[in-house]
Amino acid sequence: MFKFLGLRLLQAIPVLLVVITVTFFLVRAAPGGPFDDEKAVSPQVKAALEAQYNLDQPMHQQFFSYLIGLVQGDMGPSFKYPGRSVDELIFQGFPVTAELGLYALLFAVALGVLAGVFASLRPNTKQDYIPMSAAMVGICMPSFLLGPILVLVFGLWFDVLPVSGWGNSPGDKILPSLTLGSTYAAYIARLSRSGMLEILSQDYLRTARAKGLPEHTVIIKHALRGGLAPVIAFLGPAFAGLLSGSFVVETIFQIPGLGRFYVQAAFNRDYTMILGTTVFLSTLIVFFNLLSDVLAAWLNPRLRYQFK
Amino acid sequence: MSFLGNRIFSMAVIVVVLYLNGCGGPEVNQVESGNRDQILHLGNGTEPQGLDPHIVTGVPEHHIITALFEGLVLKNPYTLEVEPGVAERWEISEDGRTYTFYLREAAVWSNGDPVTAEDFRWSWMRALTPELGSLYNYMYFPIVNAEAFANGEIDSFDQVGVKVLDDRTLQVQLYEPTPYLLQLFDHYSTFPVHRANIEAFGSISDRLSQWAREGNMVSNGAFELTEWKINSHVRVERRASYWDAENVELNGIVFYPTENITTEERMFRDHMLHKTNDVPLDKIPLYRAEKPELIELAPYLGTYFYAFNITKPPFDDVRIRRALGMTIDRELLIDTVLQGINTAAYGITPPGTLGYSPPKLFGFDPELARQLLAEAGYPDGDGFPPFEILYNTSEAHQKIAVAIQQMWQQHLNIKVTLTNQEWKVYLDTLNNMDFDVSRRAWIADYIDPNGFLDMFLTGGGNNRTGFSNETYDRIIQEGAPKATDQKERYKLFAEAETILINSMPVIPIYTYSIKHLKRESVKGMPTNLMAYYNYKYVYLEAEE
Amino acid sequence: MTTAISEIDPQELPKGVSLWQDAWHRLRRNKLAMIGACYLIAVIIMALLTPWIAPYAYDAQDLRLGATPPSAAHWLGTDLFGRDLLSRIMYGGRISLLVGFIATAVALVIGVTYGAIAGYVGGRVDAIMMRLVDILYALPFMIFIILLMVVFGRNLLLMFLAIGVVEWLTMARIVRGQVQSLRQQEFVEAAISIGLSPARIIWKHLIPNALGPVIVYTTLTIPSVMLLEAFLSFLGLGIQPPQSSWGLLISHGVETMEEYPWLLIFPGLALTMTLFALNFLGDGLRDALDPRVSKD
Repeated sequence: MFKFLGLRLLQAIPVLLVVITVTFFLVRAAPGGPFDDEKAVSPQVKAALEAQYNLDQPMHQQFFSYLIGLVQGDMGPSFKYPGRSVDELIFQGFPVTAELGLYALLFAVALGVLAGVFASLRPNTKQDYIPMSAAMVGICMPSFLLGPILVLVFGLWFDVLPVSGWGNSPGDKILPSLTLGSTYAAYIARLSRSGMLEILSQDYLRTARAKGLPEHTVIIKHALRGGLAPVIAFLGPAFAGLLSGSFVVETIFQIPGLGRFYVQAAFNRDYTMILGTTVFLSTLIVFFNLLSDVLAAWLNPRLRYQFK
Repeated sequence: MSFLGNRIFSMAVIVVVLYLNGCGGPEVNQVESGNRDQILHLGNGTEPQGLDPHIVTGVPEHHIITALFEGLVLKNPYTLEVEPGVAERWEISEDGRTYTFYLREAAVWSNGDPVTAEDFRWSWMRALTPELGSLYNYMYFPIVNAEAFANGEIDSFDQVGVKVLDDRTLQVQLYEPTPYLLQLFDHYSTFPVHRANIEAFGSISDRLSQWAREGNMVSNGAFELTEWKINSHVRVERRASYWDAENVELNGIVFYPTENITTEERMFRDHMLHKTNDVPLDKIPLYRAEKPELIELAPYLGTYFYAFNITKPPFDDVRIRRALGMTIDRELLIDTVLQGINTAAYGITPPGTLGYSPPKLFGFDPELARQLLAEAGYPDGDGFPPFEILYNTSEAHQKIAVAIQQMWQQHLNIKVTLTNQEWKVYLDTLNNMDFDVSRRAWIADYIDPNGFLDMFLTGGGNNRTGFSNETYDRIIQEGAPKATDQKERYKLFAEAETILINSMPVIPIYTYSIKHLKRESVKGMPTNLMAYYNYKYVYLEAEE
Repeated sequence: MTTAISEIDPQELPKGVSLWQDAWHRLRRNKLAMIGACYLIAVIIMALLTPWIAPYAYDAQDLRLGATPPSAAHWLGTDLFGRDLLSRIMYGGRISLLVGFIATAVALVIGVTYGAIAGYVGGRVDAIMMRLVDILYALPFMIFIILLMVVFGRNLLLMFLAIGVVEWLTMARIVRGQVQSLRQQEFVEAAISIGLSPARIIWKHLIPNALGPVIVYTTLTIPSVMLLEAFLSFLGLGIQPPQSSWGLLISHGVETMEEYPWLLIFPGLALTMTLFALNFLGDGLRDALDPRVSKD
């Protein structure tokens, strides 16, 4: 077990290194620099700016000084926000995004698993079709559509929840969490339904039933564990996706999270900020994918051989 | 199972709702509590890059910095005429080339130090220091030797036309009488900063310094910075030591970054904002019909236009450029797609910029346009090469392009495609002259035709059309600056603009309008040509 | 588990009833799946015939008319430019269906092959392949899109590529997980022991058995692909106005949903109904292909 974990953590180093290298050169290859704007910048001013941010050094030198800084935990200054470091911006934005992602995921898992399991118990009946149709609508409803609808209904028509903000007024965390979580809830509902159907038709469950165990014992003790495996496999990338994909929700609800920095940095050509957020998020992605692999193995005894 | 499921589900919902409800303070309606406490809640476009007056550029930054700092002069928000700021009075020499400013005794920094003439000299030196890379350093270029210092051609700031006569007297020497000079001194790029404050956090040219942050900043304006939560809000509070504090009604202002104008409109409707930075176009008819008192429109000192790449056939032919210019039905475009809020433009300068109005040299005339196109060798659009309209990614630009595409196809029978590019890619394409027709816009820094016309000087960084005309260059660079009075100056500008429009490297489309939603409780905050706020005039009066 | 061996290998089935024929029989008995299939066929036929049957041209503007609710002349109303919404939905469907099916197919082929190989071979190859997936997950998508646009210009094919490149990753992870767990099952070990080649084992034994989750995930991928297309088009990589797609119509409709709700409702319905049909068909296929179901 520890050997497996250790190996995977070691593998993370080359993964991150490749991500950093590729991103470093990709962002510099994109047309338009961080200091270009509608009003043309004079060559003298541009040269002065590039000197301030060390962009006048040879590329390989910039790359190595970046790596050295990174190892020391210094991701450099933001180009877009003078006087702010990338570290500072990430550590301001991340807790907000993480909190949002967590609520969204909790909501998604709670609703999705319940609906999926519920539907799988009586396949091809109303008990199946209604939750699954709702899930389908949820998948069709991207957050850029669901967010405004929820705001309109609960924020403006009934006027029971705030239309924007995060932690500024009571209840302002509900709508963003629901918006971000709903698509995932729908995915989880479908994945858990199909996973459960798969498991419920297997022989050992028939045996368990034949032995006369009560239905809920069969389901909770035996079926859930295997039936939720696809959901678990989905959760790792899903949480990482929630973190990097919360941009739309953060924009709709004016939430000061990391997702907005991540996307805006690309548009601003804020080189250090793009790299910083990418490194940070890819570390999380690697970590959550690992976590979901470990969980999947734990749920599926056949895979435990990996740990030996 | 279903019983169990329901129970778990309802428990989960209750827990989540309770937890989420637990965060945050008591419920308030921000507009009403703001009215009571004289706190203005303002939608402010984007998150400010920073608050260092010599580094940042942009309107949102401008709105915050004018609350925190004060230059030599201010503007009256109703008339846009210059009013005394830190300078209580000034004298202009006979030849119009020497300005002497007398600073008021009561002006002090937020740490109690007096605001002196030396503060201005040092601040201006900082703004012009080449290593700082201030994007707005050209605002100083009417001053003797300012450009040479900024370009590193001279080392000593003593050679620049800025002299400290005594603690409270500052003299500025110009190359030419510059009628708009005083306007430059209420622009944030010429605001003073506190030397000891800057030096405590870094060198004179340090862009990465943290002096312009809450808790660090020393400022001289009517308000001081008390809170800055990035991507959430910036809060400023009334400063008791400000020289004119007794005339400041507001106790504070909260600026919200509102990139998403649809969200901003919803925040306004939910009584979270007193005033928005913008309004979605599609919402305008609804407000007009139901709440016309909340909507506020005014002309803005900017022009929206399409630019040709005149180095590329067939746009090197003036007849083709004119034909395309004449077949945009501006009135129809404005009445429909733009919801009637802008004015049609037939010149590059907005009408009525301090008494100057551009000559109207053409109109919507498809008949004449077809004739011109035929003369250029494309009767009825036959054989006209397909071309692209380039615009940067935005819903608004797209709508206009879709309508114009149709107009050209309909009136001239030529094939046009649209291309949108992400902002920085678009700028790169413009700078490389790699386009046929591009969407452009210009918003001037000061009210004067020169602010628009000097864009099209030969080889100018903002020209981006390939236009070059000797007579035009001569009028703008030599004729107009030497003009003895405003009337003669405007005559020369009109002459230059006639050359420009007849050659039509650009198709003017409309003059910008500024559009806000504003609560009726906000008083003393008129719209004006420059979207200029003077917070001293603003107060809040509870709605009935 | 012994049933799985005999069911899955077509050569061992009784003569005359292949796995696919058997599945087809079962699919035909599933009413919902057949309704879904008929609806999809109807939508596809309509998309093909659109240039001849659409009531108006998709780009015919009438600026003075502007946005109007459904009427006799315009059954689904008109948009801000006075363009007929029904015609725009019909033309938009061509783009959305094309993107949906092609990009999903690209993602499916790459993802399934990649995941199956990684899961089957295992060991070091698996580790390297899956770390590559991690890397691709981590690279900043926006920069990738901006570069694609600059290097290749704008075209539809490129958009399929960009979408396929993004969407295959999760598919690969899912298939790998399935294959890895199937690989330990008796019938695969039996297949190995009788000397079948790895390619044959993967294609004939492992992938068919992993089809359930793959079909479900595919029906989930199609809508996300269609919406991603709208985003890429907005950024300038996909189609350009006056052309449109369902995703674009919906995202424009959201902006004006209070003023002109029909601009959101009708394109939304078009997309939702198609996805429902797809989904019913997908579920039917999954059930029909499941070797164990026929025993019940």
